[in-house]
Amino acid sequence: MNAQTLPGAAGNGASPDAEPILAVENLSASYGAVRALDNVSLAVPAQGLCAVLGANGAGKTTLLRTLTGLHRASSGRVLLEGEDITRLPTEKVITRGLAHVPEGGGVIVELTVEENLRLGGLWRSDRRSSTTFDEVMDLFPPLVERRTKTASTLSGGERQMLAIGRALMGRPRVLLLDEPSLGLAPLVTKQIFTLLRDLRDRIGLTVVLVEQNAAGALSVTEHGYVLNQGSVAAEGPSDGLLADDRTRHAYLGF
Amino acid sequence: MNYFITLTLNGLASGAAYAALALSLVIIYQATRLVNFAQPALALLSVYTAYTVTQLTGSYWLGFAAALTTGLLVGAFVERVIVRPIARTSQLNAIIVTLGLLLVVQGAVGMIWGNEQHGFRYAFSYVGRFSPADVFSLVAVGVVALLLFGLYRFTPLGLRMRAAAFHPEAARLSGVKVGLMLTAGWGIASLIGALAGMLAGPPFISPNVFDVVFVFGITAAVVGGLDNPFGAVIGGLLIGLGMSYVSGFVGPELATLTALAIVVIVLSVRPDGILSRPTARKV
Repeated sequence: MNAQTLPGAAGNGASPDAEPILAVENLSASYGAVRALDNVSLAVPAQGLCAVLGANGAGKTTLLRTLTGLHRASSGRVLLEGEDITRLPTEKVITRGLAHVPEGGGVIVELTVEENLRLGGLWRSDRRSSTTFDEVMDLFPPLVERRTKTASTLSGGERQMLAIGRALMGRPRVLLLDEPSLGLAPLVTKQIFTLLRDLRDRIGLTVVLVEQNAAGALSVTEHGYVLNQGSVAAEGPSDGLLADDRTRHAYLGF
Repeated sequence: MNYFITLTLNGLASGAAYAALALSLVIIYQATRLVNFAQPALALLSVYTAYTVTQLTGSYWLGFAAALTTGLLVGAFVERVIVRPIARTSQLNAIIVTLGLLLVVQGAVGMIWGNEQHGFRYAFSYVGRFSPADVFSLVAVGVVALLLFGLYRFTPLGLRMRAAAFHPEAARLSGVKVGLMLTAGWGIASLIGALAGMLAGPPFISPNVFDVVFVFGITAAVVGGLDNPFGAVIGGLLIGLGMSYVSGFVGPELATLTALAIVVIVLSVRPDGILSRPTARKV
């Protein structure tokens, strides 16, 4: 099964030399009797922008949740910078440098904008924490004036920014994003995608972007994986996937 | 007029104990959606510990400190060892278990210390209207409420605890140890419950001394809005005042009915309590 759906995965055409910063090896996960992930393998190079695409129920969200320990893997491994993090509890995974912005952002609407951001950096408990706060504020000017307001007053786009900002407060190496474009206007979506690219260029962040908006995600990333019914149905350079009519029609629906 | 002021002060003083007990219920409910029926039992254990420590050392304040410490530790223990494994299966099971715990602890206290009443020496005189003991009640609960507010609002621990209560998954994704925050919350809640016990229990304590107080405490929590700490304080004071006025102007036999009347009136106007959820988000 794995061998058929993952041609060339063992050699990993994307970055033949560099060891991937995030490696997923034959990862499987289930909800009761339903297998949500079936032998999924990915290799994300450091400072790469990687898209994970697929229809509803293809396993994209489960993949991210399993990576950060919110869902338990039934088999397989997750390696972050060569270290096995598969069985670590979520709060430990985060401190290893893997941040996860869940679907909808997971902003805590009862807390203020500033409290949400500070929360993301609390575990660091080092002096740099306040510089990070200023840096994050600089990235998102709309949040500055809302600083003392509760997050419930923010628009969808602002919430997504806050969620990303909170994740950045922990100075992660790898950022996992679950459908940041969900419910956002196309222009705002574009801003967020552009921001991801900026972050990679400026602070060397590695990004794994889960999206249903396949065209948008492929245009901003370098490499893409297409999930179908819990396994990798296709993978390759983003422009290649974008140009490949068969993959597009079969899995991406455009 | 003078009489009215006395009744008001008296009402506030007895309301302070209800407010503290309501606070201890609300802190846990807010974090876990669980009404902790074992709260009076934990207070009972704390107050009897204080009784023994005071007997041995002759110092009320050592006993007082022992009560708060016992509350903190026993609350944390109950969450970690008894409630959490059961809450995983079902929330309702956990609530029933706290109810069972209440009965077990009351029984155990009776076995250890005896079922008869003990006189518990008090640090302040409680004779007269608005006695020094009443003043102490009001001040102690006021200070605790302020400290609690400060803890939640201004400290990293408080921020973690609120995050864990509002949105456990987002908290975990921000590196918060949610389980530890729950344990801390139960500890703090039971510490405040122990304080309520020290204020409401003496001069006489017995295994069932908190039954009535607990009814008023939970009434106060419901009136104030079960998930709002400010509401708990307001609810407690309101119940205390209402009962004081009615027993002073009408007759003490109607005092308990007053609490019921306050619940009916408040909940028919504001079904979620005085400070219901939307307001809670603003604070």
